[in-house]
Amino acid sequence: MQYSDKVMEHFRNPRNVGEIENPDGVGKVGNPVCGDIMELTIKVDSGIITDAKFKTFGCGAAIATSSMVTELVKNKTIEDALKISNRAVAEALGGLPPIKMHCSVLAEEALKRALDDYRMRSTKPATGKAA
Amino acid sequence: MKKIYLDNAATTPTDTRVLQAMLPYFTEVYGNPSSLHAFGQEAKHAIEDARYGIAAFIGAKPEEIIFTSGGTESNNCAIKGIAYARREKGNHIITSKIEHHAILEPCHSLEKQGFEITCIPADKHGLVDPADVEKAITEKTILISIMHANNEIGTIQPIAEIGKIARGKGVYFHTDAVQTLGHLPIDVNDLNVDILSASGHKLHGPKGVGILYVRKGVRMHPFMHGGDQEKGRRASTHNVPGIVGFGKAVELAKAEMGKEIEQLTFLRDKLIKGIISTIGFTRLNGHPTQRLPNNVNVSISYVEGESMLLNLDMEGIACSTGSACTSSSLEPSHVLMAIGLPHELAHGSLRFTLGRPTSEDDIVYVLAVLPAIVGKLRSMSPLYKKEVK
Repeated sequence: MQYSDKVMEHFRNPRNVGEIENPDGVGKVGNPVCGDIMELTIKVDSGIITDAKFKTFGCGAAIATSSMVTELVKNKTIEDALKISNRAVAEALGGLPPIKMHCSVLAEEALKRALDDYRMRSTKPATGKAA
Repeated sequence: MKKIYLDNAATTPTDTRVLQAMLPYFTEVYGNPSSLHAFGQEAKHAIEDARYGIAAFIGAKPEEIIFTSGGTESNNCAIKGIAYARREKGNHIITSKIEHHAILEPCHSLEKQGFEITCIPADKHGLVDPADVEKAITEKTILISIMHANNEIGTIQPIAEIGKIARGKGVYFHTDAVQTLGHLPIDVNDLNVDILSASGHKLHGPKGVGILYVRKGVRMHPFMHGGDQEKGRRASTHNVPGIVGFGKAVELAKAEMGKEIEQLTFLRDKLIKGIISTIGFTRLNGHPTQRLPNNVNVSISYVEGESMLLNLDMEGIACSTGSACTSSSLEPSHVLMAIGLPHELAHGSLRFTLGRPTSEDDIVYVLAVLPAIVGKLRSMSPLYKKEVK
């Protein structure tokens, strides 16, 4: 097994680590059993994702895909962000070893979950959310 | 950049003295030991010298040593060879949950052929209880196989005791000594073993050569059929340079093992103590004292093993992990699961295995580098945030 240079580059210098305060959407996926846990937070303004941050417990590929997915979604509309597939994340990283493809699936799921969460929040009356 | 190799349980560098001993057997003494002419006979003498030295090192007779291609072959040969030879007597084999895959997989393969396998559990330190082995023996039991020391967590098993039980019940006893030959004293008579596997490249010998000790009188089905090498017990042209190298590695171990055990134990304990005392939320895996002199296995909470391994690699340090992320199964190490670690701790394990070239400076360097790596990964970990805040 070998990682691409791009994977290692993102692993070395992960982008957008952390969590957004008062996020508009949160996506938590994975579990300790499989060894990968990803938490993605997004900020949305007028239908556009203005910020994305992640926290991840996982292997090199999990960290690199988390980092890449935050890069890919920034400044995208919700509609365009929904179209980001796990393959797109893997391709943007110059490919992943076959046994690591599940990490890219996790990144896609985290993103979908965050976007779902955003839609739930925005369709609900903003009772709990208002400060 | 510094380059520090702490993965000696995976393989060791071949000692230059071993290499020097091997070299003439590629280009000068290249005869086939099965040939009657002088070229062949000279090679034959070389492998018999190696056999003699290795046998003496473990308290065996030369004719009880069979040369193989390595640990995996020796283990396969032992498990299947005994099972097939004793089929009429019974179909039950006892082993443990923490064996190497080179034991467990042949057992699984036999299971499909109608054999019954009992896997004895290990306690939280990775110890197999001889009483559990005794209880598992039935009239159908033909073989017990328990490893001498575990390759992942380093726990040394009470082999002599288990061997005594096996002998009392008339059951053959095999031990996988791949991690211990040349690292711990071994006497097949003191240990009460009938069959023992070992591999050359784990004791600063070459890859591609192993031994199987088979006590005189133990009947085994041959694993390789062909010529009558090794008295028909293992066909195939002898790997003369490899066997010579194995012999030299054993000769060196015989001379240096005592001092090495002392030195490695000191470095091992320094590394364990250093990690546990400087990094919070860490634990030692395996037995605190009854463990291989060169083995350090720790679990570091809230971070995953592979990402630590890659970061250490960037700092020039080579180690290994029991995390799933390094295997295709996505399951963490079966050994760490068997000693009762929760998944997240099994995923967060690191194994450092020291060797002949390891120095105190190497250990100091690891201890200087590791805390920052763990800190960086923890700052990215959603688990850490929850626990610590």
